[in-house]
This record gives sequence, structure tokens and C-alpha cells, in this order.
Amino acid sequence: MSMGVFTFYLFAVSVVTGGLLTVTAKNPVHSVLWLILAFLSAAGLFVLVGAEFVAMLLIIVYVGAVAVLFLFVVMMLDIDFAALKAEMARYMPLAGLIGVVLLMQLVLAFGPWTFSEGVDARLGNPIPPLAEAHNTQALGMILYDRYLLLFQLSGLILLVAMIGAIVLTLRHRADIKRQDIIAQMMRDPKTAMELKDVKPGQGL
Amino acid sequence: MTIGLEHYLTVAAALFVIGIFGIFLNRKNVIIILMSVELMLLSVNINLVAFSAFLGDLTGQVFTLFILTVAAAEAAIGLAILVCFFRNRGTIAVEDINVMKG
Repeated sequence: MSMGVFTFYLFAVSVVTGGLLTVTAKNPVHSVLWLILAFLSAAGLFVLVGAEFVAMLLIIVYVGAVAVLFLFVVMMLDIDFAALKAEMARYMPLAGLIGVVLLMQLVLAFGPWTFSEGVDARLGNPIPPLAEAHNTQALGMILYDRYLLLFQLSGLILLVAMIGAIVLTLRHRADIKRQDIIAQMMRDPKTAMELKDVKPGQGL
Repeated sequence: MTIGLEHYLTVAAALFVIGIFGIFLNRKNVIIILMSVELMLLSVNINLVAFSAFLGDLTGQVFTLFILTVAAAEAAIGLAILVCFFRNRGTIAVEDINVMKG
């Protein structure tokens, strides 16, 4: 067994194990950590197949941002996860059955996959030879050229998501003091101070 | 023995099924359901990258980038809705989320 085959099976087993333990783990923090393992192993698979840029992006976006976001939310919300897990055993047979049937269907559909004759001539964006341009460079050449509109639109999606997330979680609290600029500017010195005549021995 | 396209497709199919399995298994816990959706999107990414590599066409990797973007946006919005809902109701159990029913 060559090194490449061994590495593929290592990453493949680790992706599937990570995914399986993500959905079955008792503690959601452990779930997030298994999810991170699955993402890292998938990045390894991508490197094996020669898609280095996407692999590094997977680590940066998924492990660095999405998984950490999940971790924060899991730790921030005070939830009794044991109660949520209580009925898990009830759904196990149904979920297992559906899973096995679906997996068989997918393997039957994708197993005998072959590319058609003369497909090389019809490729939209053939991968340039490695001596000409490496993966990142080749991706950039078509991403900023043929797919510029989609690229900008995906940036717009991120902007909308950012604004949406901020608006959803922004909380206007009434019990803290804030600076009221209008009130400050409309303040009248004449009414700001009042002189009182205090009689000796009586106070106010 | 060489690693072909079908090996990658099998891994992606297994991961996709695990995602669906997780949705069925954790029907009450929205956080795990969101993680399962991320797993399914990851399997789609594996499919796209595998086809791209074995076909010799870069388009699949470009679309992987876009799916990655959508997945990140979806996770951010989903978790923001979750935090907002938890603040208002004090629970994240899926069956309690019925405020909007007609």
C-alpha cells in the first residue's frame, strides 16, 4: 500500500468518524470538537487531490470561524442538553434505516461513474499544468475573470449575513446610561442651575 | 491500487448520510442540526473538489468557494437567530419553536 493510498484512507476514516461522533456525542462541546476534526481531515483530502487553496480556505473559514462560532454559542447558552438528548434512542432505528437506504442509493448512483468520451475537449476551465500556474494562481485567474460577478455577489451575501447577525443579536438595554447628544446640545444654562436661599439652622 | 473518483464519492456520500442521520437523531437540538447541515455542505464540497480534480476542470473548485461562503453566512445567521430565540424564550428545543404557526 503506497503512501498516498494510506493517507487517503487515514483522512477518509477520520472524516467519517468525526462526522459520526459529531451527531452522536453526548456533550455539544465534544460535538464541535469532532466537527473540527472532520473539517481538518476533509482539508487533508483536498490537499491529497491537489486542491490546496480550497483546503487552506476550509481550515480558515470552517475551523477558524464557523466552528469557533458554534463553540461560543454552545458555551454561551445555558441549556440543559441532557433533556434534549433524552429521546435520542427513540429515533435511532428510524434514522439508521433511512441512513442505510440513502447510503445504498448514493453508492448505487455514484459507484459506476465514468466520464464520457472526449470530455477533455469540452472542459470549461481546464487545470493548467503545474509548471505554468499553481492551484491558487489558476483559481485566481478564473475567479477574478469569468466568475467576477458571482465573486462580488458572494461578498454581498457575506455583507447581508453580517448585518443580519448584528441586527438580530443587538440588544438595546434600558438599564444602562448612554450619551444623549440631542439632550446635551439642547441643554439650557439658565435652567441648569438654581439658587436657593437656605435659612440658617433649617436646611432645605 | 490507486485512489479513484469513486473513493472520494463514497466518502462524500457517507458524510452526507451522516448529516441526514444527525438531523433525525437530534430532532430537539437546533445546534446539532446546524452542525449536521454543515457536514452535508462539506460532503457537497468534497464531491465538487473530487470531480474537479479527476476531470481536470477548475470550475468545481470555484463553486466550492461559493458554497463555503454560503455555508459561513448560513451558520452565522442561524446561530444569531438561535441566540435571539434563546433570549426571548429560554429554550432551543425545536418543538417549542411554534410562535409563528397560523
